[in-house]
Amino acid sequence: MIWAGYLTVGMIFVYCWNLVSETTIWMFVWDAHNQAVDLGERMVPPKWDYMSKLWWPIWDTLNIATLGTVLALIMAVPVAFFAARNTTPSTVILRPIALFIIVASRSINSLIWALMLVTILGPGVFAGIIAIGLRSIGFCAKLLYEAIEEIDEQQVEAIRATGASGPQILVYGVVPQILPAFAGISVFRWDINIRESTVLGLVGAGGIGLQLNASITNLAWTQVSLILLVIIATVVLSEWVSAKVRHAII
Amino acid sequence: MLRLQNLKKQYKTGDLALKGVDLEVPDGQIMALIGPSGAGKSTLIRCINRLVEPTGGKVFLNELELSNLGAGALRRARRRMGMIFQEYALVERLSVMENVLSGRLGYVGFWRSYLRKYPQSDVDEAFRLLGRVGLDHMVDKRADELSGGQRQRVGICRALAQDPELLLVDEPTASLDPKTSRQIMRLICELCKERKLSAIINIHDVMLAQMFAERIVGLKLGEIVYDGPPDGLTSDVLTEIYGEEDWEATIRKVDEDENGESEGEADGHLAPILDRDRMAGAT
Repeated sequence: MIWAGYLTVGMIFVYCWNLVSETTIWMFVWDAHNQAVDLGERMVPPKWDYMSKLWWPIWDTLNIATLGTVLALIMAVPVAFFAARNTTPSTVILRPIALFIIVASRSINSLIWALMLVTILGPGVFAGIIAIGLRSIGFCAKLLYEAIEEIDEQQVEAIRATGASGPQILVYGVVPQILPAFAGISVFRWDINIRESTVLGLVGAGGIGLQLNASITNLAWTQVSLILLVIIATVVLSEWVSAKVRHAII
Repeated sequence: MLRLQNLKKQYKTGDLALKGVDLEVPDGQIMALIGPSGAGKSTLIRCINRLVEPTGGKVFLNELELSNLGAGALRRARRRMGMIFQEYALVERLSVMENVLSGRLGYVGFWRSYLRKYPQSDVDEAFRLLGRVGLDHMVDKRADELSGGQRQRVGICRALAQDPELLLVDEPTASLDPKTSRQIMRLICELCKERKLSAIINIHDVMLAQMFAERIVGLKLGEIVYDGPPDGLTSDVLTEIYGEEDWEATIRKVDEDENGESEGEADGHLAPILDRDRMAGAT
């Protein structure tokens, strides 16, 4: 029985190998290490004086990430309250809609959002911001609504018992309990969005990706290496900031 | 005066928690509601302020029928009923002061409460209440920094900040140690006397109930099986409420205890508890 299993797996492996090998130009693969070394040689030294042209795109990238995150949070908060079982005003209509928004936003990659939005809005930073925003709604709303569902209902009950109105119950009973989660989610998503917004330029949605794309098409490898270094530095910086902030709140 | 008429509650699962309870609590009376777990004590007090919707019967606070009020009127009626909870139910991440002031939520509008702009008289009253329970040095602490007894005192202040005429108290001592339990019960009863409030206190500690309440109601499986003075709780009555058990030690201890109580506070407390444990082990 087990041997039959191994045999099947083996056969599938051979079959797939065959398929891959037919569609691969092996000449290129045998040559890969030379190419890599060659590319590496052409990338050093990075063209440092190109930096003067990168400040503005990197600033754009940061703005896309930050404004996109803010946009996403503004939209995610109501969605989360509609999606959470204990705060939704209607289980039959609003909750499924909210859950659908979450799934839709999460299942489409930000690059694809950007592609579509560039066609609609034209290329530029604005399309990037909207793409990041739409992509992040799902993530933020999902984590937030899970936090809302995990709150201590007794505290809510106690506020309700004082004769507080619906909005007051929300502000006094629910919000203080989810505030740390909300802050954590925001910073975490901002950090992810910095990384995502560096590639948005590849499809024309602004930021440093635009420069990256241009340099690759021009085969200006010393510029490419500098851009990659800048991206790494930015991501490291954003991770450091988000770690600091999360420590401060939690 | 609070009046329950044939109050019924059936949960969606089909469990009949209250089977038509009739009860009257005159103004200023402290009534203890005892009974085994699952007897419907919590359901009963939650049906009064409709945190749980009753499925039948009527509830009157003075002449106002609570059981058919609309949302707005219900909120106004809830202001008159302060509630104290087993696990304190303070909003953990808010300060002591904010927790006490949340008792005023029914009286102030949304934006005032959101911006924490309570009327000065509310703030003064909150300080006075916190002073009364001995927590005036802790106003700016966050609720989750306090000990159990301190939290429950904040819970009491929140309930009293509502300026209620009735206190609904749900197992106030279940999460507290024996000494703190007594202090909290004493505090609740003193404050009720000072302000002439009536109170319904759910409690599963029979001794504490006998010690502090003027009247005891025993609930069993959603029905009242005893309604009378504390010293009417005989062995037979307790058997009727809780089932077969050796009750003599419990009853006798209470008498001794009350004598000890007037002399001094800290000493007599652990003895009955130990006795009860020993008794539980022996039977």
